[in-house]
Amino acid sequence: MRIIIGTDIIVKLLKDTKNTTLFGYPGGAIMPFYDRIYGDADIRLILVRHEQSAGHAADGFARASGRLGVCVTTSGPGATNLVTALANAYYDSSPVLAFSGQVSTRLIGNDAFQEADVVGCTMAVTKQNYQVKDVNNLGRVFKEAIYIATTGRPGPVFIDLPRDVQGAECTIPDPIPEKVELASYNPRVFSKGAALQIKRALDILFKAQYPVIIAGGGVALANASKELEEVVNLLRIPVVYTLMGKGVISDDHPYVLGMIGMHGRKRSNFAVSEADAILALGTRFSDRITGDLSQFPGQPSAKVIHVDIDTAEIGKNVPVDVPIVADLKLALQEFLEQVKRRLADAKNGVLSSWWYKYIKELKESSGIPDASRPGKTGRIIPEKIMFELNKILQTDDIVVTEVGQAQMYSAHYLNIRKPRTWISSGGLGTMGFGFPAGIGAKVAKPDSQVWVVAGDGSFQMNLHELATVKQHDIKINIIVVNNQYLGMVRQWQELLHEKRYSYTCLGCKDGRYFPDFVKLADAYGLEGVRVDKPEQVAGALAQASRSDGTFVVEIMVEPESNILPMLQPGGSLNTFYSRRREQKSIYDWYCRLPRTEAEQRGYKVERIKKEEDDVAVFFEDES
Amino acid sequence: MTSENQQVCIGMLVYDHPGVMMKVTGMFARRGFNISSISVGHSERPGFSRITIMAEGDQATIEQIIKQLHKLIDIVKVQHLEPSRTTMRESALVKVLVKDNNTRQEIMTLVDIYTGRVIDVTSKTMTLEIVGTQRKVDSFIELISEIANIKEIARSGVLALYRGEETITLD
Repeated sequence: MRIIIGTDIIVKLLKDTKNTTLFGYPGGAIMPFYDRIYGDADIRLILVRHEQSAGHAADGFARASGRLGVCVTTSGPGATNLVTALANAYYDSSPVLAFSGQVSTRLIGNDAFQEADVVGCTMAVTKQNYQVKDVNNLGRVFKEAIYIATTGRPGPVFIDLPRDVQGAECTIPDPIPEKVELASYNPRVFSKGAALQIKRALDILFKAQYPVIIAGGGVALANASKELEEVVNLLRIPVVYTLMGKGVISDDHPYVLGMIGMHGRKRSNFAVSEADAILALGTRFSDRITGDLSQFPGQPSAKVIHVDIDTAEIGKNVPVDVPIVADLKLALQEFLEQVKRRLADAKNGVLSSWWYKYIKELKESSGIPDASRPGKTGRIIPEKIMFELNKILQTDDIVVTEVGQAQMYSAHYLNIRKPRTWISSGGLGTMGFGFPAGIGAKVAKPDSQVWVVAGDGSFQMNLHELATVKQHDIKINIIVVNNQYLGMVRQWQELLHEKRYSYTCLGCKDGRYFPDFVKLADAYGLEGVRVDKPEQVAGALAQASRSDGTFVVEIMVEPESNILPMLQPGGSLNTFYSRRREQKSIYDWYCRLPRTEAEQRGYKVERIKKEEDDVAVFFEDES
Repeated sequence: MTSENQQVCIGMLVYDHPGVMMKVTGMFARRGFNISSISVGHSERPGFSRITIMAEGDQATIEQIIKQLHKLIDIVKVQHLEPSRTTMRESALVKVLVKDNNTRQEIMTLVDIYTGRVIDVTSKTMTLEIVGTQRKVDSFIELISEIANIKEIARSGVLALYRGEETITLD
């Protein structure tokens, strides 16, 4: 391909790196690029209906495929609309390349039409950003941008592209350099030091009686799920995961307890509170995971081993006993080798871990209930949806969530079995992320079913993408969990603000509600169905999965259903609200341990309690 | 994590691109770190600038500052310049109002003691130049303020290099 002008460079680089699926929205300042790809059979651009969605779709594409997601918009509002999406990708370490048009170089700084300082706007929410003023730099910048976005700890990179530069003729013979040369950027992968640290880590893990692994999203980013599972099996260490880490190890795995943190499962938070050794893999110990930092880890004597590719995450929030800076895949391979060597000879010490034996019991005692009866106002209980969805979810199906209660129900209850089949906005918590990210995921994995689990609030933030899926014939199954509230905020208002539901009700005062999501789907030429009764849920989900096009299942649920347990904001991992709307101590859970074990650990066992299913309280009278 | 606050000097070699200063100061602002002084200028190598920052925080904060600076892709090298291995200098210009000859004499004596210079004189003002460690500049300003009315101060921020052969350069 002959390179003459700026856009030739971009198109050549996109094709050379096989990044030929783009998400975008055209406009004045990016017209030269859009003109260049007109009729180009090798480039596929999904035209969205709002630039934010282009960013989220590229993000979803990246998460589902493990490759770079690319989006391209115009200047000014087109570019500022990307900012939320870039921030979302940044906080969840997603490799996204975004480029936008900009007014011509001679106009920059004049407050020209549709000019905005987008390099300034995106500085704090990108891994790196650029403005290209000389077409001869364009090749180097794009090459660098792709390299930076996809290596080390991945992240979004933004390029500001003035209109005249896109069309300018190159004056140097070879505008695309052979390789990237960046003195300042050297994504560290593995060192001899890391191997030594892993030895120290294993000294701790072999001695620990009550070890736990916290698996974060980094395991998926490093494609290290297989290695993780092998290490877990050999070391017999129970695993909890963060919201971003869901799927990095199958929920069906016998040692997997579930999500931790603010809306984590009791058993998982319990495991971390009680652990005497924590192996944290690719997680940044966010506040949603740790609760009150001064009480983390729960056992002050617990040893913390932290493996991350980003040095700055180690020791940022939680003091660490054994820091290991490494690519997780390589680190876990080294773990594996050393574990095998140690286990081969008992002289090297034997595993002291014992509590993994009780995980089955723990898991069974808090499984997902089949909430087949309606709740107190006669509507469906959200757990029912998760129960039915679990029954039809295939291993390769991708679940994409919006943000809020529906997200937490999904994170809590859905069985996800493979990495990159769980996509959710973790760090930024962006309502409106799920639907466009689902589009990106489906485009990346056309053979997988994509389920978008949304609340009625989140879905309304980017519902215009119904037009996108219709136009491009993209099939997604959308479940709108409709409680006519901003459910998560309402839940906090109920628990923390005496039910003062300040601006969280999305329906009318007289109980009528809108929009009618089924009619809305119909307006876009899509199918949909509304579900009012628990026994209809399974059928509606099956209908959605069978339909040829995008299908909206609107499920009317209990308006005041809560996703529990929930940590007290600012509390530690063992103070939480349970279904009984009171704080319970993790103490209740000690009782699940066999009496002798609990006593060995110094817990007073006064009663062996058979706790009812968490969900049972919904059926009880409020009195 | 709750060790006492200290002042540290951080030396950096950065690409001389537009917006690099903004990335550095933006990182400090965004993460709630404090900068007490910053100085920037060309380095020995074309295309690269040198930034020297005095920052304040406890040990964990300072560790974070340096790690976060490392992450910025436009920053080529970052080092904590420990006082024992480092030479540091700051300069200041101090404009004072002078009421009478007596005060003028006193000021000149003080400038002499501090090996400073008088770089501008009018019937009502004197502008003094002082170079030295941050502490020396501080104490000079304090003493001057006792004998004269300080109208204006401009400080350069700290400049620092390792002692001996050690450097923060591209090899």
